[in-house]
Amino acid sequence: MSHQLPEHPDWLWRTPDPKRSYDVIIVGAGGHGLATAYYLARNHGITNVAVLERGWLAGGNMARNTTIIRSNYLCEESAALYEHALKLWEVLPQELEYDFLFSQRGVLNLAHTLQDVREGTRRVNANRLGGVDAEWLDADQVRAFCPIVNTSPDVRYPVLGATLQPRAGIAKHDHVAWALARKADQYGVDLIQGCEVTGFLREGDRVVGVRTSRGPISAGRVALAAAGHSSVLADLAGLRLPVQSHPLQALVSELLEPVHPTVVMSNHVHVYVSQAHKGELVMGAGVDSYNGYGQRGSFHQIEHQMAAALELFPIFARAHVLRTWGGIVDVTPDASPIIGPTPIENLYLNCGWGTGGFKATPASGWVYAHTIATGEPHPLNAPFALERFTTGALIDEHGAAAVAH
Amino acid sequence: MLLIACPWCGERDELEFHYGGQAHVAYPADPEGLSDAEWGEYLFVRDNPKGPFAERWSHAAGCRRWFNVVRHTVTHQILASQSNHPVAAGQPKPVIA
Repeated sequence: MSHQLPEHPDWLWRTPDPKRSYDVIIVGAGGHGLATAYYLARNHGITNVAVLERGWLAGGNMARNTTIIRSNYLCEESAALYEHALKLWEVLPQELEYDFLFSQRGVLNLAHTLQDVREGTRRVNANRLGGVDAEWLDADQVRAFCPIVNTSPDVRYPVLGATLQPRAGIAKHDHVAWALARKADQYGVDLIQGCEVTGFLREGDRVVGVRTSRGPISAGRVALAAAGHSSVLADLAGLRLPVQSHPLQALVSELLEPVHPTVVMSNHVHVYVSQAHKGELVMGAGVDSYNGYGQRGSFHQIEHQMAAALELFPIFARAHVLRTWGGIVDVTPDASPIIGPTPIENLYLNCGWGTGGFKATPASGWVYAHTIATGEPHPLNAPFALERFTTGALIDEHGAAAVAH
Repeated sequence: MLLIACPWCGERDELEFHYGGQAHVAYPADPEGLSDAEWGEYLFVRDNPKGPFAERWSHAAGCRRWFNVVRHTVTHQILASQSNHPVAAGQPKPVIA
């Protein structure tokens, strides 16, 4: 070789072998698992913690989402949780000493019908009452804020207006995971990749550890954060969850000049589009209808996404799809997450984020760490308990979440 | 894209079908007698296996009939497609008087 390869940069975290025992084992080293480990250490001083990951760190939905961060949910419980996340996003780059390109460029949720307009203005009012920044824009204001949206009145679904959350935005998802992993590791948390949980160690009704592909590990408490595979893990503990796993697909274009200044979502035409810092257009839409664990879905979903994007952005007509991919999202009957204890002592559950988990990453970790450390839910996640599917106190975000699921 | 075998119409593109979730979930025989937990279980909890899954599909853009499919949820391979209807099982069409 004519020249030497450069030295590998310093690793951001250690690669320890699993110890025989931990105070807390978190199953799943995605965003939520890593944030939970970070806040267990930071907020509760619990550092004898392992995060076990079947594959590689942040290789599941954390690597597959469309990076949108917002808190403009309709239901009070959801808005409070996501707003807590947004406030944490605003301080995390400094706190983690890692610039993960959090860009508060705003999100527009377009209205194309009278019903959309009524829903949007209602949500703006609800958000303002709940302390979430929200504005209503008419079509002219939408054009001024995002000139590339087609606001012509003679299209099939004319833009009648939009909600705007100015503090919403995007972040670089991989870097978020790496920033959390590095800090958790510095606190002494063991991040163990290539370690699949294959069962639970039980003493009577209590969970006292996990069986893994690298041997049994005992633990004071075991906390699941496995997204699409939550049902598979819960099944190992004899627990059935009100969760169905579906493929969710997204796509990116080739790199383009900066042209898209914000995030645009349309529930009616059904696509969401932003432009990453590097220049690719990032798009997503709804889940495939059937259950699936294969991290791929059907191509007609991609076709629908692109058709919807062209409806809104005729300027993208000559853009090319560079890459499409799928993740597995765990969807609950009310499209809200489940965070809290389980009927099995020492086993905790954080799942059901469906299509919207990335934006919640820091708040999810914050309240889950609280729940694990104290044994009681944080006030923000108390309404999201598993029991709501018995009591009927659902948090119905189907349609109310500003995007279809 | 899935290629789904409708028991009546044969193999058709997934776009013609509507998904119905887990198969063989019977309505409770005595719904009044169920506890809240049992009713919640019936309403909200379904199997979610990683592997073969018996599920309902409707040929919405075709014959509009419901039938059962066993599909592998990782490979999407369709392992069986069937109906309880005797015509689909290859039996003679019932005579309607």
